[in-house]
Amino acid sequence: MRAYILKRLLYAIPTLLGISVIVFAVTHLSPGDPVRLYTFGALNITEQDIEDLRHHYGLDKSLPLQYVDWMSLAIRGDFGTSLQYHQPALGLLLERLPNTLQLAALALLLQLGIGVPFGMIAALNRGKPIDSVIRVFGVIGHAIPTFWIGLLLIVLLSVTLRVLPSGGMLTVGKDFWDIPDRARHILLPAFVLALAGIANYSRYLRTETLDVIGQDYIRTAYAKGLSERLVVYRHALRNALIPMVTALGPILAVVVSGALIIEQVFTWPGVGQLTYLAARNKDYPVIMAGVMVGSALLVISYLIRDIAYAVVDPRIKVK
Amino acid sequence: MATVTAPAIRGADAVPSRKVAAGLWENAWYRLRRDRLTMAAFAVLVTLVILAAAAPVITQLVFDTSFESQDLLQTYSVPTLDPPKYMFGSDEVGRSIVVRLLYGGQVSLFIGFVAAFVTLTIGVGLGLIAGYVRGPVDDVITWFITTLNSIPIIFLLLIISSLYTPGPLTLIVVIGALFWTGITNFVRGQTFALREREFITAARTVGATATRIMLRHILPNVLPLIFVLMAIDIGTIILVESALSYLGLGVMPPTPSWGNMLTNAQSYFFRAPWLVVPPGAMVFLTVLCLYLIGDGLRDALDPRLKST
Repeated sequence: MRAYILKRLLYAIPTLLGISVIVFAVTHLSPGDPVRLYTFGALNITEQDIEDLRHHYGLDKSLPLQYVDWMSLAIRGDFGTSLQYHQPALGLLLERLPNTLQLAALALLLQLGIGVPFGMIAALNRGKPIDSVIRVFGVIGHAIPTFWIGLLLIVLLSVTLRVLPSGGMLTVGKDFWDIPDRARHILLPAFVLALAGIANYSRYLRTETLDVIGQDYIRTAYAKGLSERLVVYRHALRNALIPMVTALGPILAVVVSGALIIEQVFTWPGVGQLTYLAARNKDYPVIMAGVMVGSALLVISYLIRDIAYAVVDPRIKVK
Repeated sequence: MATVTAPAIRGADAVPSRKVAAGLWENAWYRLRRDRLTMAAFAVLVTLVILAAAAPVITQLVFDTSFESQDLLQTYSVPTLDPPKYMFGSDEVGRSIVVRLLYGGQVSLFIGFVAAFVTLTIGVGLGLIAGYVRGPVDDVITWFITTLNSIPIIFLLLIISSLYTPGPLTLIVVIGALFWTGITNFVRGQTFALREREFITAARTVGATATRIMLRHILPNVLPLIFVLMAIDIGTIILVESALSYLGLGVMPPTPSWGNMLTNAQSYFFRAPWLVVPPGAMVFLTVLCLYLIGDGLRDALDPRLKST
């Protein structure tokens, strides 16, 4: 097991390197000069000053050299200073990381808590109306633009009925630890973020449960006189859940990507929102740190998924 | 590919083939015609495409306006049939929502279909090569896919579109260049399995080149399910494009798109909450149809895979 985890950790390194190259290339090959952009409108700036600034930020070197410079610092956690906020880029992001994690964690919980029972219920009632309802919901959950659902819910619950706040994490002026107020703020974005995953899980678990229910050992379990409840919980659900761990990967990707859009809809001060604003203002250090943090989140979640899979299914080995 | 493992317990709903000699497509079409949901989805999608394509004509003949013509006396009009051009209301400068929806459809559908075609080309090409050639080539392609899948695609799209400010055509290339990994994985897996089959060995024995084997022997065997993936892909791309345009980074105003109409609507929540509904509903309807068609096609092409 330890060897497996070690190997799996080693495999993450080329992936992270590849990501850094892609991110660096995309940002640095783009048209538009950040020095000119940020000195635009400064009246008494000379060409010499611009040259000096460019030299100061290392922008006058060749691209591969710039990459090596950036990478050697980035490994140590130094992504440079934000051009907008004049603070360390990584620090800015880490400050907001807990907010995004909160949102993502609650969304994941909702997905599991709603999606898994939905899938089970649908499978156990195959062909009955409740099955059709859950399946239709599954298709709709996939096809609906989540940010639109977010907007509709804001119009309904915040603008018309005024029961939930339309955005932010905390009412201005409230105490930082005002938990009920925070709960009211996180409810909508977390639910909207969870939607796609709920649809995914219920659909996936339905197929898996149907698959398991057809197996011989389930018939055996019934034959030896176990109650419906025992068969379902101890035999069917446990085995149906194993392949679900694989489904976790794409779902996590959707949560991380989706968080960026949902944070925008609900003005949630997370990593996604910061990266979005940085991208709009060509704040290169923050953009690059933001994408690296987002990708690191994904790489770590894939890692956890693979290890979890190895734990529940001992047959798995690194190929 | 997970679907391949679906159990074969369908009996009741398996449609018996009409005649023994019918080919794959004939059989599929036969089953498809009996699948009312898929046919309905197909009809709706075709209607949407026709409406979008005919947008200029409809706008002139029916609504007697254009997508950019403003009317500052008729701002935030509630949906009304008098005049018909405000059947879905009007926006902050009195432009007709229904007309903008039609033109937005042109953009969204165009981007969806063409970008999906790009992903298909890249995905199938790389998948065939990785699966057939194997070895280091496969390793490199697999590594690249793992890497690309580890970057939250929206983040990447966000950077690219904010730094390069793409027009619709560039957007198509960018989306196409980022969304091919799913198709590649699928084609690669299928090719792996197919290349060990006897008919491939036979082809190799008579001296067929690798290119010929890939294009003439493997591709036709993978093709049917690729259409399924493509239908679903178009849907996903339309969703992503609308999200991107909503963030103000996809299709830029004044060109209307379903996504950027929602950005506007959000700014006028309190003034005109009903403006939020139509653009999102159009995206939803289109994507829903595409997903239903994808599902229906899969069932029709291979009834054993039917997702009950």
